[in-house]
Amino acid sequence: MPDLGLEVLFKGKNMVRLLGGIGVALKISLIAVVISIPLGILLGALMTWKNRGVRAILRIYLEFVRIMPQMVLLFLCYFGTTRAFGWNLSGETSAVIVFTLWGTAEMSDLVRGALISIPIHQYESSEALGFNRAQTYLYIVIPQAIRRLIPLSINLITRMIKTTSLILMIGVVEVIKVAQQIIEANRMASPNAAFGVYLTVLLLYFLACWPISLLAKYLERKWR
Amino acid sequence: MKNRKKIVALSLSLTFALSMTAQAKDSDDVYRTLDEIQDSGSINIGVFSDKNPFGYVDENGEYQGYDIYFANRIGEDLGVEVNFISTEAANRIEYLQTGKVDIILANFTVTEERAEEVDFALPYMNVALGVVSPDSNVITSLDDWNEEDAMIVISGTTAEMYLIENYPDIKLQKYDTYANAKNALENGNGVAWANDNTEVIAFALQNEGYTVGIPSLGSQDTIAPAVSKGNDTLLDWLNEEIKVLGEENFFHADYEATLVDTYGLDYEDSLVVEGGVIE
Repeated sequence: MPDLGLEVLFKGKNMVRLLGGIGVALKISLIAVVISIPLGILLGALMTWKNRGVRAILRIYLEFVRIMPQMVLLFLCYFGTTRAFGWNLSGETSAVIVFTLWGTAEMSDLVRGALISIPIHQYESSEALGFNRAQTYLYIVIPQAIRRLIPLSINLITRMIKTTSLILMIGVVEVIKVAQQIIEANRMASPNAAFGVYLTVLLLYFLACWPISLLAKYLERKWR
Repeated sequence: MKNRKKIVALSLSLTFALSMTAQAKDSDDVYRTLDEIQDSGSINIGVFSDKNPFGYVDENGEYQGYDIYFANRIGEDLGVEVNFISTEAANRIEYLQTGKVDIILANFTVTEERAEEVDFALPYMNVALGVVSPDSNVITSLDDWNEEDAMIVISGTTAEMYLIENYPDIKLQKYDTYANAKNALENGNGVAWANDNTEVIAFALQNEGYTVGIPSLGSQDTIAPAVSKGNDTLLDWLNEEIKVLGEENFFHADYEATLVDTYGLDYEDSLVVEGGVIE
């Protein structure tokens, strides 16, 4: 068995610190997910409107957030707002704002995609059956769109959880940063600790994302 | 039509980004003066949290190291709480320019480029490059280098850049991590290993059979605290503090408390700068 330096995990509070780190990552990403899913659904529905002005604004927002690397957005939100407006946002607040903006933009495009993928005859049939517009959406379009959305949004949520590894650049100590701290603190005593510690981090991310996948699978089966 | 929309979106976003940087130039007074820090009751100090033994977090989650020891003393003498902020090498200047920290104490090497962006106080440590080699074949000079031999370096370090620039004939063997470079030297893949002198000294002390043949190579640089550009009240206070601390040999005590396990006593006088005076 190769030396993975796993013993460093049992020194002092190291394991608790790693768990705390994944806790920070999950807290930030899940707050952002909870806000961005309803907002994304709303904006996604607006994107299917015929009003050109609304569509253009949403398009610009979506493209801006999608083109900019998350790292740039984090720097703009954390350092840029201080420079431009003198706001002093904490690292965690900045992270939640950026992840919410990003999640909302991507979610709205997923929702738009799911909505326009519903064939036009579904709308026409529902009109023929005497449903009004609200009823059409509520009983015909949205239930079908949600089924199509589930795998896509699970993808987005897990991506949001994993991308929190960037927020160490704005001073938030999350699981990757704790891992680096543990590895470096023991650099001389256990130079191989990097393998063991990162392996543990991998396992923690897996344990965080896996239940979400399971939930998605369950919902997909239930709503088949 | 679609393309034009994309271009509009892109240019708008660029303008937005540019206006941000443009505004950045004329906003001053981002920093807190000495009085404001003392009134608030706490000082924000940016440190490394993963650079053992200068600034790191121990297994109980407490900040430790040479820089931290000094930071705690600053807090004590100012009569305020110290708020440690974990910084990265790449964002230290940004933290000062936005006033998100009052002082950077993150093993910050003084360079001319950096001095245009931030104000450095008096130095408290020396840093140079060093070369470690096995006892069987100690390298003490780089001048008559055997063409067949390779020098081990870690990619992206100052040692790599220095050797490429000043000794282009020396064959380099580059490794990404400390652990890989260490293995390479132990396996004899190269005859010597060049790195920051603090690193090679520590290595020779912890590993039997190796000697630092060249303890100081290249330009002597110093490590100093830095504050936001123009924050004179804090800068003056820090300079005064460093001078006063020199009288009680504070940085030697700091060395003995935090660095002696890694570097031993032999290098105390060459690494420590006391009272801001470089000999």
